[in-house]
Amino acid sequence: MSIAPKTCKEMPVTTLSIPTVGSMGKTGSWRTFRPVVDYSKCTRCTLCWIYCPDGAITRQEDDSPKIDYDYCKGCGICSNECPVKAITMEREGE
Amino acid sequence: MAQTVIDTANHIAAYAAKAARAQVVAAYPITPQTSIVERIAELVESGEMDAEYIRVESEHSAMSACIGAAAGGVRTFTATSSHGLVLMHEALHWASGSRLPITMSVVNRALGPGWNIWADFTDSMSQRDTGWIQFYCADNQEVFDTIIQAYKLCENERVLLPAMVCLEAFTLSHTYMPVKIPDQEKIDEFLPPYKPKWFLDVNNPFSHANLVSPEWYMEFRYMMQEAMENAKQLIPEIGKECGKYFGFEHGGLIDKYKCEDADLILLTMGTIGREAKIAVDNLRKEGFKVGTARVRVFRPFPKEEIRKLAENTQMFAIIDRGISFGMEGFLAEEIKASLYNHEDRPLIAGFVAGLGGRDVTFKTIEKIARKSSEWMQAGKVEKETLWVDLRE
Repeated sequence: MSIAPKTCKEMPVTTLSIPTVGSMGKTGSWRTFRPVVDYSKCTRCTLCWIYCPDGAITRQEDDSPKIDYDYCKGCGICSNECPVKAITMEREGE
Repeated sequence: MAQTVIDTANHIAAYAAKAARAQVVAAYPITPQTSIVERIAELVESGEMDAEYIRVESEHSAMSACIGAAAGGVRTFTATSSHGLVLMHEALHWASGSRLPITMSVVNRALGPGWNIWADFTDSMSQRDTGWIQFYCADNQEVFDTIIQAYKLCENERVLLPAMVCLEAFTLSHTYMPVKIPDQEKIDEFLPPYKPKWFLDVNNPFSHANLVSPEWYMEFRYMMQEAMENAKQLIPEIGKECGKYFGFEHGGLIDKYKCEDADLILLTMGTIGREAKIAVDNLRKEGFKVGTARVRVFRPFPKEEIRKLAENTQMFAIIDRGISFGMEGFLAEEIKASLYNHEDRPLIAGFVAGLGGRDVTFKTIEKIARKSSEWMQAGKVEKETLWVDLRE
């Protein structure tokens, strides 16, 4: 809901939630380390896409990963799982 | 043509669910409710009733399935008793908080231990604060009519709350009585198809019953309280309308009998109220100015009508088929609370009777009335709560 109701007369009868992007905030701001993909090393195995617990990696047309930095919390699982070490974790702000 | 059938209140409840065109029934069996959902299963199987019948693994699941179905925008029905209802408790809150007009018949049965399958109001009284409307019936015709009325009430935009239609174990559930079942066309006219205020739709996705911060929670609760107050206004109106359609009225919020000039009023619920009418007639012959008032609706509680009833009488004798341990009978508590800020406060005596299916006959009620009359003449209630026929 973009405009908050002022009284209960303007409220729905019960708690109904319409899905909106980032309604609870963009969780990418929680990140300390940022995954960076070296596409020259990437073998398109898609393991990072499978393992990402937040669904913050999308599979591009050539099967290479694309990280959504608005929602990636920087957990590092993709980097850990990558069999060819194509994803490195870099400290934010450096 | 309207049809008169002779059947048990349980089967009548099943026919009422069919007549109301309930579209989804999710149920789990428990004595003495089982023959309601068994009969519905037969009606669905034979094609007489057009409904989806969901067999579930517990009463908690039965209510959860009803919530899911009702959130999908369809009319739902279930039935339970005693331990089944108590197991359902958590889901009851989800139903009312989601403002889903589910109707459920509750066959009132005692809670164990000791294991007991007979009449007692403790099961549904323990659900007092779940936000469900509660009706209590005194005969099989009332069971049928109240289920139809409950849907009409609950689906009203000003209410949108679920309702329990309660009937006592065996005294009603397994007792055969004649019941007039109106023509389906007339029922459909009285109760048109359910038009949900909201429903889950894949083409317009949203979810319900999500996290609500302290900033908004109270307002949702306040709206439920308002809905209860609206229900209090609508119940007598719908009752009258139903009477015009089908010929029977059952008394609105309180079914009053010979109360106008009564010095002593016996307040009851359920079948004890019907028995109390016989007691009143007998006592009237002896010159006692006594009347009886059967509270049909426990939530919302008809406190305004209780106050009106208190204006011209000297004493209330309240008979409870249940006890709130450590306090008093449920009905006695509510009646006393209703009168505290009121000028006319009669003497009040509470009587606990009929627990676990012990018979409460007109003779028991006459005894209660005589004891109350003694206290009324003395101007003092000797015992706030008296357990009737107790082996003390």
